[in-house]
Amino acid sequence: MADDGLDLRTLADGDLVGQMHDDLYDGLKEEVEEGVTILLERGWAPYDVLTQALVEGMRIVGIDFRDGILFVPEVLMSANAMKAGMAILRPLLAATGAPRMGKMVIGTVKGDIHDIGKNLVGMMMEGAGFEVVDLGVNNGVEKYLEAIETHQPEIVGMSALLTTTMPYMKVVIEAMKTKGIRNDHIVLVGGAPLNEAFAEAVGADAYCRDASAAVETARALLARRQGAAMARETA
Amino acid sequence: MKDSPELDAAAAFPGRNPGARRVLVIACGALAREVLALHLDGVDVTCLPASLHNRPERIPEAMRTKIRAHRAAYDEILCLYGDCGTGGALDRVLAEEGVARIAGAHCYAFFAGERAFAAMAEEEPGTFYLTDFLARHFEALVIRGLGLDRFPHLRDAYFGAYRRVVHLAQFDDPETTARARAAADRLGLAYERRFTGLDGLAAFLDASMRHARTKTSAA
Repeated sequence: MADDGLDLRTLADGDLVGQMHDDLYDGLKEEVEEGVTILLERGWAPYDVLTQALVEGMRIVGIDFRDGILFVPEVLMSANAMKAGMAILRPLLAATGAPRMGKMVIGTVKGDIHDIGKNLVGMMMEGAGFEVVDLGVNNGVEKYLEAIETHQPEIVGMSALLTTTMPYMKVVIEAMKTKGIRNDHIVLVGGAPLNEAFAEAVGADAYCRDASAAVETARALLARRQGAAMARETA
Repeated sequence: MKDSPELDAAAAFPGRNPGARRVLVIACGALAREVLALHLDGVDVTCLPASLHNRPERIPEAMRTKIRAHRAAYDEILCLYGDCGTGGALDRVLAEEGVARIAGAHCYAFFAGERAFAAMAEEEPGTFYLTDFLARHFEALVIRGLGLDRFPHLRDAYFGAYRRVVHLAQFDDPETTARARAAADRLGLAYERRFTGLDGLAAFLDASMRHARTKTSAA
């Protein structure tokens, strides 16, 4: 039961989902966990709980962050609440064969240990149905290449917060070119000091302003790539 | 941060050499005390609010506005800012306005020296840097700025990957040193102090002033 006395179990499904959006927005971890449990008890598919309650709630958080209404601490609280809900859903999603969008290898580049943005992107990508392999922080080029070879992801994501470390993204992309694998993967980059021009200059496919943008960009580029592959096959 | 006037103030400090070539330094408010300690005659100093530290996307246009407001009154304008997380946007504004900036991505680099700073970052990427200003305003800029006063359990989300605090000290001041050490304790990180003094700032301003004098005598 929520702290204000609201019994979540008394709410109809639509109202409960709306309340969960509010609870995610307010970073109320226990309430979000309770909401997830109730929806599952009512026979909701784990994938529907994930997309309609959690991902949609975080999408609203993302919009208000972009518009300067919410700030990093509030977003982190929301992320913690979503993470708690995800922890309940993850094993169920695997067991019920929820749709998989693709795989992403993501990490913060060498010399940089900032991971807040990267973690948010990883969480939102997972919520959107991607399998996420998180390399953590301070990753040299060899770590990226090894992970690409091992996991064969559709998407490689690189993050940096420092102007001194962001040029390292070009080192990784050049190494991918040298290995002849650059065009086998979509490369997304992000981090506070980056922009579209930088992404283009280092040879990435796209710059992602925030976690929501990363999900939208990944989906769009993946669909374009699959469309192109299909066109080649039917030609 | 309304209770910290030093963070929000856009201060102005007139120099004392009327009639000479007029030079204005536009600095981050976090550097005001340090620039004034150099006692540069004939140089006026004006500052943008140090609170922009937490909103770097606002720095470039704030700088442009400041430059244009003072352009007519000065022969030379200099910028005392790092890139400070603007992703090159500050340098693009300065190039358009014809204003020189001190070298370095941030004040840590130009206080410590670019080479020394790069060595420190290489030695331990998980280093959180404090200048004297940041040590004095740790509560407002870091604790309240990151919401740790409201959500203390987010500390590890922010600082979990850090290993140490390096206090780059501009002055020998026991009170500031104590504050820096307390800040490291609060973050649960090891503390190191490295004295930088003001040589990095002085070298940039001396060279810029020499350059300005050369331009004057050639004119």
